[in-house]
Amino acid sequence: MPLRFEVSRETLIVRVDGEMDLNSAGAFRHEIDKKLDELRPLNLLIDLGGVTFIDSSGLGVILGRYKRVAQRGGRMAITKAQPTVRRILELSGLMRVMGIYRDELGALNDL
Amino acid sequence: MGKRVLNHLSIEFPSLPQNIALARVAVASFAAQDDLNLNDIEELKVAVSEAVSNCIIHGYLHSPEGIISIRATRFDDCLEICVEDYGQGITDFEGSLDYSAGSDPERMGLGFVFMKSFMDHVKVVSERGRGTKVILIKNIIPGLPAAAGENN
Repeated sequence: MPLRFEVSRETLIVRVDGEMDLNSAGAFRHEIDKKLDELRPLNLLIDLGGVTFIDSSGLGVILGRYKRVAQRGGRMAITKAQPTVRRILELSGLMRVMGIYRDELGALNDL
Repeated sequence: MGKRVLNHLSIEFPSLPQNIALARVAVASFAAQDDLNLNDIEELKVAVSEAVSNCIIHGYLHSPEGIISIRATRFDDCLEICVEDYGQGITDFEGSLDYSAGSDPERMGLGFVFMKSFMDHVKVVSERGRGTKVILIKNIIPGLPAAAGENN
């Protein structure tokens, strides 16, 4: 699962491509945690624009990163989820704890 | 007598996480022979992914030694997908419906929530030490044959 990282102000932006399931969850968790430890950003923004599939294993990794960021007093946002991915996010209740945005600028302004 | 079988598919593979994508795509391709909409197909992929992930996580505790088998059957009025492992069995699968349950805290216990949301029926048969069988059923309206889309 290819991840691309950027930093904007106090926010680490992670751009994700591919399918988020049990197979990719481990690498996703490991790479993001490594970056969080290295850069110590306040907030985390996950760009799901390139994600074509997500299930509970993928959601679990997102929720796990949310817990880490929230523990340090930071906030988290998800952007650009495709309709099928967005439906899963809605059903999971994840939207109750983090913002889901269509565009990145709006998310960065809210964080 | 039982229902009429129109088509079926059987696959078997070791409990490796990379086979989850293979499983959901194979079942989705089988299901796509019917005139299901894209949304139904996407939901089916999630349900199969959850069922197979459960086999790997709960049935075989991440050991790649186990075998997972899937049988998809197109009956005249429904599509039935049976996902089976021969692992340790789920002792308390009702507990899996609870968000906080499950041996993997990061997975949120959402597997069964998605299966139940996306399928018309979900049946679980589990026996300690013998394995777990999850049967996912999607109703298909009779009178819309599998070949309905062929004239375009």
